[in-house]
Parts: sequence; structure tokens; C-alpha cells
Amino acid sequence: MGMTLTEKILASHAGRSRVRPGDLVEARIDFCFANDITAPLAIREFEKIGVPTVFDRDRVGLVPDHYAPNKDIASAEQCKIMREFARRHEITYYYEVGRAGIAHVQLAEEGLVLPGEVFVGADSHTCNHGALGAFSTGVGSSDLAAAMATGELWFRVPETLRFVFRGRPAPWVTGKDLVLRVIGDIGVDGARYCAMEFAGEALAHLTMDERFSISNMAVEAGGKNGIMEPDDVVLDWVRPRARRPFTPVYADRDAEYARVVEYDTSRLEPVVSAPSSPGNVVPVREAAGVPVDQVFLGTCTNGRLEDLRVAARLLAGRKVHPRTRMLVIPATPAIYRQALAEGLITTFIDAGATVSTSTCGPCIGGHMGVLAAGEVCVSTSSRNFIGRMGHRESKVYLSGPGVAAASAVLGRLAHPDEVLGRTMAGVDA
Amino acid sequence: MIFRGTAWTLGDHIDTDLIIPARYLVTADPAVLAPKCFEDLDPALAAKIAPGDILVAGENFGQGSSREHAPIALKGLGIACVIAKSYARIFYRNAFNIGLPLLECQDLQAVTRSGDRLAVDNDAGRIINETRGTSHQAAPLPEFMQRLVAAGGIIAYTRQKVTARAGGG
Ligand code: SF4
Repeated sequence: MGMTLTEKILASHAGRSRVRPGDLVEARIDFCFANDITAPLAIREFEKIGVPTVFDRDRVGLVPDHYAPNKDIASAEQCKIMREFARRHEITYYYEVGRAGIAHVQLAEEGLVLPGEVFVGADSHTCNHGALGAFSTGVGSSDLAAAMATGELWFRVPETLRFVFRGRPAPWVTGKDLVLRVIGDIGVDGARYCAMEFAGEALAHLTMDERFSISNMAVEAGGKNGIMEPDDVVLDWVRPRARRPFTPVYADRDAEYARVVEYDTSRLEPVVSAPSSPGNVVPVREAAGVPVDQVFLGTCTNGRLEDLRVAARLLAGRKVHPRTRMLVIPATPAIYRQALAEGLITTFIDAGATVSTSTCGPCIGGHMGVLAAGEVCVSTSSRNFIGRMGHRESKVYLSGPGVAAASAVLGRLAHPDEVLGRTMAGVDA
Repeated sequence: MIFRGTAWTLGDHIDTDLIIPARYLVTADPAVLAPKCFEDLDPALAAKIAPGDILVAGENFGQGSSREHAPIALKGLGIACVIAKSYARIFYRNAFNIGLPLLECQDLQAVTRSGDRLAVDNDAGRIINETRGTSHQAAPLPEFMQRLVAAGGIIAYTRQKVTARAGGG
């Protein structure tokens, strides 16, 4: 029997010719990173290990994205710990405010994660990079400290669940809708301890940005990683950015999967995760009508250029509803700049939305757009747990960018068709 | 090690935002984080939990974010151990890394109510609910986790590894 994509990458990084699910391996790490919440703790633990410096200063990333620009003195102190460590150890890929975006989006954009590699980050959405054909997974601060010190980390080789997307996605069905559909079907622990592998010809219809949304949310099903084979779309995207040589890895034809689930994407429709679990997935049409106080377009899940384009198409020449406020946060400075060049930022401002500097912002309810008791938010983020974006009695619906923009225009949860009209939607999507 | 403590029961899929909300993640000081534990679930709960108490939960405990602040906050509250049906993987690693014992037990949650007295033999994985008069068996720890616990967590394990290499080289 052959190996899955995840097994092959882990085997190659553990110096083994083959591994099987359940094996424990010490794998070589190609790149690791932490953010302003997880790095200070990782640095404290790193200093207990007794190595003079990090294993390779070109393979460690430090990105202030959660509470940067700093929201208060305490968060400023956290960022300072990270900044000083970066200077002391001459960390190549430390990004200062103004040049920093949301780490997951930025590190991929900068060509610091590549097909066939092993990547760990002290942030659960590190599974994001599976879309590039890398084994990429989130760990805690202590594990990250060990990785920074030695360039190695232990893993249990996971069983692989394979999700095959067939057909051409129906209008307005984006990568986000596909991954929410999967989470809704298998549950928030349906892939616990497992690798999720996404495949099928429908992926060919998805941009790189949409594919990232899928891999990004593997953790919401409990997945260890969420990987895809690096096809031409991936390779064309990666080659001009890559900072290191790389070798794409593909699954063996006779690889063994713990489970295979197939979807006919032409029959799917846009969905949302209703409060207060990402697994609480319902078609948009069933949730439509819920009055919305805030719409948030951004995050490592859906703050990319393609997301902004989809939303701008719906907002162009229209206004955000008077009872609703809309926040737009491009995930990185590069996305911000491109959105500016394409006139998307002007479209948002003309519509009455506010546009902010790249940061996680309201996604974790710490600053910028925190919700009050009883408020409802439609958010393109990945988690709608109780209290995630503010008061414990606030409510969050997770959606793709089209549904978010349509909801902003109508002031209530809405299907994009309701704004553009059916015929246009057919042409448009 | 055998210890006794009062049980606090929780449901399935308790996420790390519920364990410690993100708005408090501007410090990793257990004493500061502890009183904020479970604030969005039940603002009064943290104050009721005493050192040595035991959390009893359902499936997928610790789902969500990778914040190591979650097990740190629970340790700060004095939680002696967590006994759940299953754990989310990052939380599982984090808890062992910082020295918060976790036990996996399928049938404890259903019979246990908050306030019950539990006796736990951590090494043998035996759990007795003294209030209900029931006894339960936890799943044995995977061998590698035993090694990690014996070493004192990932940091001590890594320190030993780099020291051994330096010595060998
Ligand atoms: S945008 Fe949200 S989910 Fe993504 S890294 Fe930031 S806080 Fe986490």
C-alpha cells in the first residue's frame, strides 16, 4: 500500500522510507512561526532550553498580527518582547507594523511555505498552508519553542480523511462554502487527530485564495492539517514567490484513506455557520432575514484579494444599510495595496464601510469592532464560539465574502442573489 | 499519584475561547488568567473552583485556538486534572507540555454531577466517584506521552535532547 500526501511528507522529513498512521516521528521543520500572543510565551520557554540561538534565523517567522497595532499597554509589552527577541537573534522574517499582515496570509504570500514542506506555527490556523501542498499544523507555544531551538518536532502520523469535490461549484458557492459544508457534515471533531486531504476537479475552478479558505478551516473540524495536491494553480502561484528550492509531493495512487467523502459541488448552495459553533451549518436561504448589526470582511480565512473583489462587486454603487456597520480589513499590506490599485477600497468607503490596517482585529474580540450584548455579526472569519467576537450574548454567523457583502447592503442576513438578482448572479459568479 | 477533589462538570466541545477569552491574552501569568476562566460560560464558575478540584467534560475538550494560555489558566485555578471523553489535539499537547494532567474516560461524565467527590489514581487511570459509588477506568496514556510526562514536558525533554547531543558531539 502506498502513502497519502501527509504520510509522504512526514516520512521524508523523518528520514524514513515509509510511515503509517499511528507512528511517532521526529520530523525536520522547514519553517516555524509565532505571533504576538503566542511568541512571548514561546520565547520564555525557548530560553529554558539552553541553546544559544534559534536553529536557523531564516526559518523562523515572528509576526505581530493579533493585537497590533497595540490596543493597550499590556499588548504593547507583548509585542516588545517579540521585537527584542527578533533583534537579539537577528530573525530575518520579523515583520514590523506597517509591513506586517495576518501571519498565515503573509508567510504564504512571501514564499516562506512551499509544497512538500513541513511547517508549524503557534497558531491553530497554521493548517492554512495545506493549500500549497505542505504539511502545516498549529501547535502551542512550548512546542514552538522546541521547534525554534532544534528545527525538529514530534508528530503522531495521522490517518487521512479524503474529501473529493466533484463538478463545477454552483453560483456563489466559494471555497468557504465547501469547507463549511464539510464541517457541518462531519462535525467539529469529525476529523480529530486526522489529516484532511481535499481533492477533486472542482478545485480547478477555485482560485488560490479560495483554496486557502478551505485548508484554513481544517482545524474547525478537529483536523491536524488540511492538505491539497500542488497542481498547476499552486505551482504558478508559488514559483515567483518561493524563497527556497522545493520539491512538490503527490499522494501514491494506492494510498490508504481512513474515509473518503464525495461532494457534487454543482448541487451545493451558499451556507453560513449559525451561532455558536462552526459546525452549525445551514443554507443561507434558511438563515436569511436575521437583522445584522455588523459585517466583518477580513481574517486569515477570507481577507484575501479575491474576497475583497467579490464583496466590492456587490457593494459597488450601493450603500451599507443604515442599521448596519461594515468593517473591511485586508489581510496584508500587499493585499491592501492591490485593493487600492483596483479601486476596491474606494468602493468600500463610498458604500459607507470602514477600512482598517491589516490585523486580526475583531476576529478574536479583542479590539476594533468588539460586539455588544445582543448584537449580531456576519463575519468571514472561522469561529463563532460564545464570546469570540465580544459579549457572551453577541451572536456571530460565519459566511463567505459574497454573503457578508449582501448582508451589509440589506442590513440582514442575505443571499447575494437578493442584491444582484438571479440573472446577474448567473453571469457574475 | 492518588488525589481527591471536587468535580465540576462541563459539556461537549468546550473551546479554548470559553476556557480563557482572547481579550485576556495579553499576559501568560496564571494568577491573572485564572479568575477569568470560563467567564463567558458562567462568570461565577472560576470563583467556585478550589485548588485540587477536577474538571469532568465530554467530547473534544479544548477545541479551537492553540493558546497555551488555556491549560495555563486551568493550572492557575488549581485544577488537579481534567477528565474528558476526548480532547482536541493542540490542547492535548499543550496540557502535557505544561504539566496539566489529562485523563480520557468515556463513562465518568454521564454519572457525575458538579460537587461530587472524586478519587483519582493518575498512574493506574482509576477514577472513583465517591459520592455516587461508581468506579471508572481511564484509557492508558500513549507511550510517547508517558515519556514526555516523565521528562517533565516538551521543554525539559528538548533540553535533555540538546544536552545529550552537545555531550555526544
Ligand atoms: S484572523 Fe482570526 S483566526 Fe486568523 S489568525 Fe487572526 S485571530 Fe486567528
